[in-house]
Amino acid sequence: MISLVCSYKNNRSRSLVQNKVSLLLGIGGSRSTTTPPPLINHHRFRYSSSQPFVASSTRYESSKAQAQLEDFQQHDDQVIDFPGGKVAFTSEMRFISDTSHKRVPCYRVLDDDGELMTHTNHVQVSKELAVRMYSEMVTLQTMDSIFYEVQRQGRISFYLTSMGEEAVNIASAAALSSDDIILPQYREPGVLLWRGFTLQQIAHQCFGNTNDLGKGRQMPIHYGSNKHNYFTVSSPIATQLPQAVGAAYSLKMDGKNACAVTFCGDGATSEGDFHAGMNFAAVMEAPVIFIIRNNGWAISTPVEDQFRSDGIVVKGQAYGIWSIRVDGNDALAVYSAVHTAREIAIKEQRPVLIEALSYRVGHHSTSDDSTKYRPIDEIEYWKMERSPVNRFKRWVERNGWWSDKDELELRSSVRKQLMHAIQVAEKAQKPPLEDLFTDVYYQLSSNLEEQEKLLRKAIEKHPKDYPSDVPL
Amino acid sequence: MSTSMKRLGKWVSLVSKRGLSTSCIQKDVSENGVKSLNLYSAINQALHIALDTDPRAYVFGEDVGFGGVFRCTTGLADRFGKNRVFNTPLCEQGIVGFGIGLAAMGNRAIAEIQFADYIFPAFDQIVNEAAKFRYRSGNQFNCGGLTIRTPYGAVGHGGHYHSQSPEAFFCHVPGIKVVIPRSPKEAKGLLLSCIRDPNPIVFFEPKWLYRLAVEEVPEDDYMTPLSEAEVIRQGCDITLVGWGAQLSIMEQACLDAEKEGISCELIDLKTLIPWDKETVEASVKKTGRLLISHEAPVTGGFGAEISASILERCFSRLEAPVARVCGLDTPFPLVFEPFYMPTKNKKVCKFGCCNEGCNSTWLTAGGTRATSNRS
Repeated sequence: MISLVCSYKNNRSRSLVQNKVSLLLGIGGSRSTTTPPPLINHHRFRYSSSQPFVASSTRYESSKAQAQLEDFQQHDDQVIDFPGGKVAFTSEMRFISDTSHKRVPCYRVLDDDGELMTHTNHVQVSKELAVRMYSEMVTLQTMDSIFYEVQRQGRISFYLTSMGEEAVNIASAAALSSDDIILPQYREPGVLLWRGFTLQQIAHQCFGNTNDLGKGRQMPIHYGSNKHNYFTVSSPIATQLPQAVGAAYSLKMDGKNACAVTFCGDGATSEGDFHAGMNFAAVMEAPVIFIIRNNGWAISTPVEDQFRSDGIVVKGQAYGIWSIRVDGNDALAVYSAVHTAREIAIKEQRPVLIEALSYRVGHHSTSDDSTKYRPIDEIEYWKMERSPVNRFKRWVERNGWWSDKDELELRSSVRKQLMHAIQVAEKAQKPPLEDLFTDVYYQLSSNLEEQEKLLRKAIEKHPKDYPSDVPL
Repeated sequence: MSTSMKRLGKWVSLVSKRGLSTSCIQKDVSENGVKSLNLYSAINQALHIALDTDPRAYVFGEDVGFGGVFRCTTGLADRFGKNRVFNTPLCEQGIVGFGIGLAAMGNRAIAEIQFADYIFPAFDQIVNEAAKFRYRSGNQFNCGGLTIRTPYGAVGHGGHYHSQSPEAFFCHVPGIKVVIPRSPKEAKGLLLSCIRDPNPIVFFEPKWLYRLAVEEVPEDDYMTPLSEAEVIRQGCDITLVGWGAQLSIMEQACLDAEKEGISCELIDLKTLIPWDKETVEASVKKTGRLLISHEAPVTGGFGAEISASILERCFSRLEAPVARVCGLDTPFPLVFEPFYMPTKNKKVCKFGCCNEGCNSTWLTAGGTRATSNRS
């Protein structure tokens, strides 16, 4: 038998541990969703199974290809001592098929009604934490709907919502420590909110005023905050993935009790940088978590046009990275998976891939009308029936931790805060002209000094050619 | 002038014997803390110093672990350990992306791209990420600790993909610096400056000179300032501007011209962006003539930028059009490399002082040299 999960060279002990934990985490197992999920001691791993995964009599059915691998007639006593490890011979010429007919199951804790699944195991969430998570999810939801309207009124140039993905945003943030370094895509502002970035700061950025930490240089939603260990958003897709490995490597070298966490969507996994990030992370043994939001759509491109694999979770194994598929609309499942992934990443000093299945309920951005390429019914279904906010709310309510009164108060308070923040941000001054030239380099270069002088002369001559609200 | 000639003389004379030899010319004699080193050894020394003086410095790239395909990283992994000097997967965008992340955490990330011809998969990471990292965050984050080292240029037998000079692509990107040394001593001082500069930098190393150029190199830790061009030969008739491996060819052209009584001023630009316009401007105002050389194809090359800028600044002082003697607008050819290259005689012909067949009026354009208005 060859190890199916692991391809590390000559590292037997690690292979066994990995196999066991893979089993525990239910990666690629053949269980239906009703069988008990794997055992995880909430804050400490307990490798309770002493039986190596590969020796299991249970046929590995989740993947046809993997089943085929096991079926190979192997000559275990004869191996090729190949660079990278020993490989057994087979006299059969057989190709491994492309995809499996059974897809990798999706870890969830709450069912569609927000009830805990039977025999579920997950990392415990206290009342205080649960209420805060729910509140932040509502805050994110409200922020999105209000800023979307503000853009529609023409008061800001652009906006992009996280609607439908509130659980991935907030629950992942809640499971991390503030020392963990976030390298976001652009649909994760909830992580920043969780860390204490205020609605006022969000508004300042979207209005590009003098209080925007980014000095009005980037489009709305390109937030970033050094104080909150949240790297500034950039528009190019997947570029942050190999960067996250570099950041994680730094944490590793410094012996920090922290990891790097990077987000991207399903479309990003087609980029070369996804490959670069995954492969570097595995080779460098970097403590980094890749959280891939598989929300079904990359602008108008459905996942069927994006890849032919069983989503993204299966790609981890090919790189030698642990991976798990999680219900991205189940806040408790996301919390548990990210919390556990963090422990693995830091304790084992290795990367973890999390594929969060979700749905992009909003349009790609305010420049997009998604009803042109997908049915409204589909959007409505995910918005109403599958809402991660509603599902989590039901669980919180069922625990007696949340009332209608709380709900009213929260929504009204968030709304008021947002209105105030928007008013303040809208009135605030634009950043001064000098901010156009600074920070290109550490120090102003001579060509920029020259260009600034020329520009100021041009403004003097034709002041009406330029926005009057930018202080000179 | 005489000192600069002396300084330049040694490596020029060796370089002029250019062939396909890969023999390492290196004296192991240390006199007054100065050692005769070839260019790769000078780079290697700079990397040793960089890692030794900053515990947060890292060297990585394809094959750097065993010393690198050009031996620039020899001995580093043994001395500083595999955590600080390591191989990466064969993936340029990964190398630069990783380097950006590492640098953004307050480290000196010294990345190697094995050949400049292969830097393009990393173009997005350099242009959209590294170059804008500080600006886009309002100076909250920066990857100023990133230095990308990469060998560039002709090598005699490199063909399309081991010979290119892609510097101009990067000179169009605000936020990064582009630096190219001409000799071992310069390479060491400039590389140390780049590594310690708080901006991301692409450092192109003239690979033909790795073994051929030998120079007295101080053994101590020294830095050569960036964005400062150097007049390495003074003259009054023509200004020649170039960088990297072209400098030795230009120096030979200057010597040939001198025999004909033409006095050339030679400037090594060293840093292409942000570049030292003032030094070039001052020289052209003196000589009235400018010739720029680079190995990269002439069209869209950085010579065009220098030409335009100098025309803006020195129009009334120019006695002839700015001349460019550069690579041809073809892919870099293998068999035809000697035809493609901006050779010494192509430059000399421009002066109009080579043998019959050259009827260049460039030098006499705008009046004779004797009557030209020089100050």
